[in-house]
Parts: sequence; structure tokens; C-alpha cells
Amino acid sequence: MDLTLKVWRQKNREDKGALATYKVKGISEHASFLEMLDVMNEQLINEGVEPVAFDHDCREGICGTCSLYINGEAHGPDRKVTTCQLHMRMFKDGETIYIEPWRSAAMPVIKDLIVDRSAFDRIQQSGGFVSVNTSGNTQDANALPIPKMNADKAFDVAACIGCGACVATCKNSSAMLFVAAKVSQYAYLPQGQVERTERVLNMVEQMDKEGFGNCTNTGACEVECPKSISIEYIAKMNREYLSASITSEK
Amino acid sequence: MSVLDSKIPEGPLKDKWTNHKNNIDLVNPANKRNIDIIVVGTGLAGGSAAASLAEMGYNVKTFCYQDSPRRAHSIAAQGGINAAKNYQNDGDSVYRLFYDTVKGGDYRAREANVHRLAEVSGNIIDQCVAQGVPFGRDYGGLLDNRSFGGVLVSRTFYAKGQTGQQLLLGAYSAMNRQIAKGKITPYNRHEMVELVKVDGKARGIIARNLETGELERHSAHAVVIASGGYGNVFFLSTNAMGSNATAAWKIHKKGAHFANPCYTQIHPTCIPRSGEHQSKLTLMSESLRNDGRIWVPRNMEDVLAIREGKLKPTDLSEDKRDYYLERRYPAFGNLVPRDVASRAAKERCDAGYGVNQTGEAVYLDFASAIQRYGKQEAAIARMENPSAEEILKLGEAVIESKYGNLFQMYEKIVAENPYKTPMMIYPAVHYTMGGVWVDYNLMTSVEGCYCIGEANFSDHGANRLGASALMQGLADGYFVLPYTIGNYLSNEIRTGKISTETSEFVEAEKEVSDRIEKLMNIQGTKSVDHFHKLLGKAMWEYVGMARNEEGLKKAMAEIKQIRTDFWNDVRIPGDKNSLNPELEKAGRVADFLELGELFAKDALHRNESCGGHFREESVEEDGLQKGEAKRNDKDFAYVAAWEYKGEPSDAVMHREDLEFNDIELKQRSYK
Amino acid sequence: MSKGLSNSSVGRKVLMALSGFFLLFFLAQHFVINMLSVISADLFNEVSHFMGTNGMVQFVLQPVLLFGVLFHLGMGIYLDFKNKAARPIKYAMDKPSENSNWMSRNMIITGVMIMLFLGLHFYDFWLPEIKDKFIDGKWDEPTKYFPHLQHKFQDLARVLIYCVSFVFLSLHLLHGFQSAFQSAGFNHNKYTPTIKKLGNLYAIVIPAGFVFIALFHYFTQL
Repeated sequence: MDLTLKVWRQKNREDKGALATYKVKGISEHASFLEMLDVMNEQLINEGVEPVAFDHDCREGICGTCSLYINGEAHGPDRKVTTCQLHMRMFKDGETIYIEPWRSAAMPVIKDLIVDRSAFDRIQQSGGFVSVNTSGNTQDANALPIPKMNADKAFDVAACIGCGACVATCKNSSAMLFVAAKVSQYAYLPQGQVERTERVLNMVEQMDKEGFGNCTNTGACEVECPKSISIEYIAKMNREYLSASITSEK
Repeated sequence: MSVLDSKIPEGPLKDKWTNHKNNIDLVNPANKRNIDIIVVGTGLAGGSAAASLAEMGYNVKTFCYQDSPRRAHSIAAQGGINAAKNYQNDGDSVYRLFYDTVKGGDYRAREANVHRLAEVSGNIIDQCVAQGVPFGRDYGGLLDNRSFGGVLVSRTFYAKGQTGQQLLLGAYSAMNRQIAKGKITPYNRHEMVELVKVDGKARGIIARNLETGELERHSAHAVVIASGGYGNVFFLSTNAMGSNATAAWKIHKKGAHFANPCYTQIHPTCIPRSGEHQSKLTLMSESLRNDGRIWVPRNMEDVLAIREGKLKPTDLSEDKRDYYLERRYPAFGNLVPRDVASRAAKERCDAGYGVNQTGEAVYLDFASAIQRYGKQEAAIARMENPSAEEILKLGEAVIESKYGNLFQMYEKIVAENPYKTPMMIYPAVHYTMGGVWVDYNLMTSVEGCYCIGEANFSDHGANRLGASALMQGLADGYFVLPYTIGNYLSNEIRTGKISTETSEFVEAEKEVSDRIEKLMNIQGTKSVDHFHKLLGKAMWEYVGMARNEEGLKKAMAEIKQIRTDFWNDVRIPGDKNSLNPELEKAGRVADFLELGELFAKDALHRNESCGGHFREESVEEDGLQKGEAKRNDKDFAYVAAWEYKGEPSDAVMHREDLEFNDIELKQRSYK
Repeated sequence: MSKGLSNSSVGRKVLMALSGFFLLFFLAQHFVINMLSVISADLFNEVSHFMGTNGMVQFVLQPVLLFGVLFHLGMGIYLDFKNKAARPIKYAMDKPSENSNWMSRNMIITGVMIMLFLGLHFYDFWLPEIKDKFIDGKWDEPTKYFPHLQHKFQDLARVLIYCVSFVFLSLHLLHGFQSAFQSAGFNHNKYTPTIKKLGNLYAIVIPAGFVFIALFHYFTQL
């Protein structure tokens, strides 16, 4: 298939950037979207144009590195996939495809289609952990039975890959789904109880500091989330936050 | 006497680690505050090591090329992690895990290391649960286990098909806690490009800030390499696109020996290549072989009809199918170890029976499992005379609950419904058992430079069992290195802060900037990927699943030629002082082009078949095992550690003889 | 580290929900009283007179309501301003309709339209009432309400504006009702589907009822 690509080009953080138009020919419909970009880049290199920089790594939908806003949707038109799992059979021959970076004040563009997602790391550092040291003598793993239901729920949210599609797709650039996922994971597990109150307060505070927008419950994030994390967990975080603000000592 | 001193402690096998720990020198807490450690790579090994070392009080700097430690490729591991907990009361024990691992590795691993691994395996599960890792549980709230290939017990802990992700996020969270405390300084989007040695000791690294292109000097009292394996030397592998051997190769060039590079695991169940555009291969968990049956058509005319689209696999009746694993290995059937399953698939495809356009695919069929489960469920539901449709529906539901996410992934990639038509699979490069040589303390042959996880060679021998990679990475990082590194650092308490202004740092930085300058100035005509693909092709063809002397010699010559061409004709657009993915790739491919040749050299010298290394010259001639791999314990029961001498072909081999006192060497038979 | 609810994103969201709940309750109450005007002029006058002269309603509930309205409006505009700032560069190609509905994305538009309508509504009913009572000091006029109402709905243009405004109200409620529950932390497989159905019912029945009342009075006076 032949395609016209409108790709965001931006030299560095300071550059204003603009869309550039490239044409690619003879793309196999079995190719993944990123392999299509590989072909485009190979073509650009041969033409002496600097290839387009984009984030990608595992190419099997788990590392959360790839991050493109394709034809107006985070990770493109398919559902429950990351960009690397999106295949060209989702597009039509002759189609024009817009490829843009995530857009959020809290995730500035570094170059072309690559954005800086370190805000996510800082949110995790503010409380996304259980304070337990490594030692050979933590209690036996089976000394702490966890109801299967809670374990499964904790797993559902722990599946978050931190790609940022929720922020990219939210009209307010809100990171609530991402934060809710971590807050909920530990709230469902006995290991997370000790720091439960402080965790939600600190993580929300850091999220606000980073400049993410507010959640207005459009539900767009759960639709675009490649791991289908439900906004049910945002409600859970709201509950956690409410009770923490009332009971916290601070 | 060999130059290699493995420093394996004296005493009975089961007491070695305990005694060793008791005799290790410790660093007092106040002194730890004055000691810096660099950790390169933040996967399971690097991440867990960084967190543990920082908890102990050392100042840790971590480096990763990804934008966050959470993205390291450990995240992609699916199946699970082994531990000798014996929760299922099926006779598991530390000894049995040790035995299975040594045997699975075809008796080419160090006994003492493997035993230590088995000893700490239980602690890993305790630690991860304490961190909040959501392992799979049963209805009683206790941890559940799975069974994996090559063993007779259920000792694999799992978190659905995302065990690696959950364990990595656990290590990442432990890192985050230390980052918040200021004990770890993370350098993300940074790549280690050189090791700095001062007076023979590792004293720091040169790192390139991948966003700005800036070269940075970082000093430390010890350097830990945890940069993963080198499977990407094959271009197509299940590794991440960025996975590379650069850190490991740089320390090799500075004096660390590289051991057994030819031991590579080719995983049998991956999604086949679809065309020239292919950038990487996707693994499907080994657990699929529990219920899937592998076959190709019995008759060539059916193969051709299928390729032409005139026939569907579901049209073929049972007698026209060749379930070749069940035919060749009646005892283990579809559950033979990975190396055996991979070679059998290659054998059928080489004979022309591959079922897709490229001729490199076999079927993995769930139809009979669906029928079996369907009937079982119908019986449980007490349905009388269930219709074929009802059975199908019930059976598919069982398969979905077990492998739903894998089936979905397959469907997204291939656009075929694996519930209705058999999956197509083909082997792909997956894991490298070889790596940097380390002693019992995980120190390389460069003093103060350690190597952990997949990057080192230590625990898996010539073949790795399923669910053992995660175990080794976390064992090294959480429970081994934090102890053994103290032995070295206790002598460093008087060293004080290490300056980065010394001539060694200046020279190392200049070496790097010259190399980058050279790469940028070639201004040739071919892209980096062009050379990488050529290298991959040569590796796959001659150093892949089956190797012979002629091919390996050819490979060495060919790789050398590709390397020369690369340095004359590569084109790297953009500039070096900004984010430049082509330049990053070029540096990594340059290293792969050297490593690949050493790889072939090692494979050439090892004239025996063991584990993942199969030499066509070394097969059983007759009897029941005719045609199977033939190991040669008399001549090759050793570790081949290569010392860098300029050209890879000039590398000098040092032998570390493997002693097996607690295990009897046997041939692996799956017939 | 808790800085109080109104200083955090989650807290503000909860406050929006709480003020929303309050307004939902008020609206239902307003609707019931208005419906009386269709049934019986006398009953309508009686209840309106009570509401207009009862000290509790006038001096406690009325200021609370006023605060609730202004808070919901003010916070809504403030949050929208912040949300827009969180994405300074827009997408060149965006297809939000693929993952969310129009109502959920345009609460600020429907909200502001409702506020504009409230301006007219206040001018029509609330200001004259305030003038009567607090400037002219006329507190005891138990029969003025129904004629006043009828008078306002003689004008076709006004009736049309009212009807259109109720459409905006409906759109606002279609998202707002269930959204308030989500924000306040209520989301559960067991009851959320019911809340969503109730919300849709509320968002259609109440504005439609208001439209009916306006049209009823217009047509009965033709």
C-alpha cells in the first residue's frame, strides 16, 4: 500500500516544530506501524534527510515506550494495543496518516515524536512503593494470604505500562488513570496498608505539581488504554484521597 | 594453571554460600556513605542490585538507555519465575532445583553458582510478595504455581502472562524509594560507552547523554554491568530493539573475559517472520506447548496447496498430519526442552514442509485441547449429549482463561483467529546463556567491575530452563551481589572520592569522542540497519540452530568483511550533539560486528553438541538416540573464556574446567 | 501534606461533584413546584408564597443555593482554564469522538449556556422578587406568582429561549449526573449501571418537563 504521512518534526525542546509530509510506497499490510516507520526512515536516510526520531523498544506491547498519536488517537485506531502492535491492515491504501507526539505541558517534546515522560517517574518516586528493605528474612510469602479477588484486582491495575496514552488522549491531559492504577494496586493489597494514607496524598500532590490537568470523567482514557484499565479505579482513588484527607495527621 | 580463578569457596556444596557469607568482609555503615557504585542497566538484575545497594547505604548511580528504568526488557518475560518453595508438596527442594538447572543446562554450568541460585530462590518470592508484586493466587489466597518444560514439579510462580513486568515494576518501585531518598541518582536516556580503569581497577565510566549527545564522566569505587544479553547480534530476535551488548563488550575490550558466547537459546514458539520489513520477532510463552500440538502436513502436495491458499490446515485429516515431536519423542512429546523443539522444527522446514510463504513455520494446534476441555467441562456441568457446538464453546472458554492474552496478541499481529485455525510458529533467538566471565563473587576479570543477570555467563550452562532467567536476575541483584561486593569494597574505604579529572578519564573520553567522530565522518551510502541485517543473516545462516565447521569459518570471514564495509560505508545522518537514534544504533552494531565474530569463533572451537549449541559433526550415530545431539564431556566440560587481543579472531581462550562432584553427568534423553 | 480539598485536583473534583449533587437536588425541587403551576394556580401560589417568605428558605437556603451556583460556575471555569493550560499545543488531527461523547467533553459550553440562561431567568423572576421584597418591602402578596409566571410565558421569543436552554441543561445533566457519582468515588459494577440509567432518566425527564411547562403556559394563553 502507498501512504501519505504527515509527521511532526521538531529539532529539540526549544524548536517550534511543524508537520512535514512524506510519501511511502509498497508497504505490506502485515507490517506493524513501527515497521512502516522503519521503512520511511530507511527511505529518508537514503534521500539524505535526517530520519524521524520516535520512541520504541520491546515492540511487543509491554515496555510502554512507544507513544504515537495516530490519526487523532493515542496508539492509533485499533483497541487494546500499543503502537507497536498496531498493524497496517487497519489502514487503507492511499490514506493520509497524521503522526504526532503526545501533547501535554507535563510531557514536553524532546525531539520529533519523542516526549519526556519523567513526570511519571517522579510521581512514582513520591510514593509508588512499599517501604520494605531487601533482606533474606522477610516473612514467608504464604504467611500473608490475599483473597484471590483482591489479588486479581491488584493485578488488573498493576498491568499499567506507563505509556502515557491516558494523558495524551484526555482532553485535559490528566494523569489520573496512571496515578489511580498505582494507588489502587497497593490499596487492594495488605502490604500497601501501612503507607496507604500518605501514598495517595503524596502521589496526587506530585501529579498536580507536574502540571497535569484535571479529570472530567470523559472516560476517553479507559477506551484508549492499551491495557484496558478502567476508570473505576479513578473513583477508587477519589475515595482513597477523600478518606486520606480526612484522616491524615498532616 | 589457568589465569581464571573462580574463587569457589571450599567445603560441601550445600554449605559453600553460607560459609562464604560468614567470611566475607563487611563495610561499616558510616563508610558505606563514602562509597559510590555505578550500575549500568536497570532490568531485574540492575534494578534490584541498585535498590539493594542503596538500601545498604552506598551511593548508587544507575544508567539506562531507556527513558525510564521501568522499560528494561526484563519486562517482556511472560511465563514465570522458579523457586524451590515446595508449596505444592510435590517433592521439590533446593537440591532438585539445582539438579534440574544443571541438567537442563547440559552440564556446562558451575555447580556452586547454580546451588547458590537454588538456595536464594525462595527468598526472592518472599521479597517480591513483600514489595506488593501481585502473583497469581488460588482461592484460598495462597500463591499458585505452574509447571514448565523440562522439570517434573510445579515450582513456577507467575503473574498471568506478565510475570517479568510485575517483577520489574517491583524492583523499579524499590529503586524509586531510594531515588526519593537521594540514595540513587538515575541517569535515564544515558548509555555507557566506555569503562574507565585506574591502576587496573574499574573506577568509572564514560556515558553519553542520549538527549544532548554530551559525553559525561562518572566515577565510582565499583562498576556493575547489568546490561542484558546480546541476542540482537542476530538482528531478528525476541529482544527489544535497543537491547545491546555495548556495555559488556566495552568491558571485554578493557580486560573482562567473555565466556561461552556461542551458547544461545533459540525459543521454539515465536510468531514467524512475515516479510523483509520485519524488525523483531514476538515470543509466545512456552506454556502454550502444554496444550498445543505441533505438526506439519505429512505430504508435500498438501504443503504446497496450503502455501498457495488452496487448502486450509483444518481441512487436513489426522492421517495427513505429521505430529513430528510426538513421533520423534514419544516420552516428552510436545514438551521437550526448547533446544530440542527448535531443532525439530528447523529439520521439518529444511526438508520443505514449512507451511507459510517463507517456508519457515509449523502449526501449533489447539483443536484437540479444545475438544478435550470441552468434553470435560460438559461432564462437570452434567450436560447430557452435549452438541459439538456446545463442546467447542466450553473448550474455547477454558483455553481463553488459560492463554487469552497470548491468543489476543497472536490475533492482533497475524490477523488470524487461533481458536479456529492453528497458530503458526517458528523458532527465534531469545536468550544468551554466554556472557561476561565472572567469578563466584560475580566479579569480572577486571578488578572492581562486576557483571550480573543475563549479561554474565554464570548459571545456565549451555541451555536455560524456562522461568530461570527472572530467578537469576533477581538472585544476583537482591541476594548475591550486595553481599559479595562488600568483600571488595571493604578495601576501598580509604580511597576517598575519585576524581574524574585524572588522565585516565580524559583519555577514555577522548577515545569515545574520537570513535563517534570517526563514525559520523564516514558519510557512506548505507544505513546502519543495512549492515545489521547482513550480520543477522550471516549469524542465522551459519551460527543459528545448527552449526558446522565450514559454515562457521565462512561466518567469521563474512562478518569480518561486513565489519570492514561498515566502517567504510555506513551513513549516519544528523549530528552527534543531539538525540540521534542512528548514531546510537551505529555504536551498538559496531560492537555486535565484533562480538558476532567471536561468537562464531567460540562455536567453531566447541566441537561438540551441548544445549543450545548444536554441531552437525557431533551427533549420535546409531541406536535409539540416532541423530540427536552428542555431548563430549571428556574434551569440552569447561568454560571457554575469551581474552580480547585486538581482532576478535585473535582472541585467546582461557579454560575454566567444570567439576561435578555432586551430580553425575548423563545424556539428556527425551525419547 | 494534605493542603485541604480545594487545593488539589482530586479535591476540587470532589467539590464539583458535591456542588453538583446539591444543584441536582435543587433542580428536582424547583421542577416539582413548577409542575404545580400546570395542575393548579392556587396550589402553585401557595407553595411559591411559602418559599418566598419562609425565613429558613430565604435567609439560609437561598444564600447557600446562590453560593452553590456561583461555586459550581466559578470552579468549573477555573478548572477548564487549568485544563486548557495543561495542553498548550493542540493536536493537528484529533478524533475525540472515537473514545468519548460530546456531552462529557463540552460541559463548559453547556454549563456556560445554562449560566447565560440563568441570567435571563434571574432577570425574569428572581430580581423582581428581590425588588418587591427588599426594596419595596412588599412581603405579603400571596397571589402574584401565577399571573407573573403566565405573563412571562406570553412572549414566544422568551419561550423559545427557555426551551433551547433546557436542551443545554439536558446535555449537561446527561454527563453531569453520573459524573458526580464517579467523582465522589462511587463506581461499582453492582450499582453504576443503575446510576447511569437514572442519570439519563433525570437528564431527559426534568428538562423535558420544564419545556412542557413553558409550552403549556404559552399555548394556554393563545
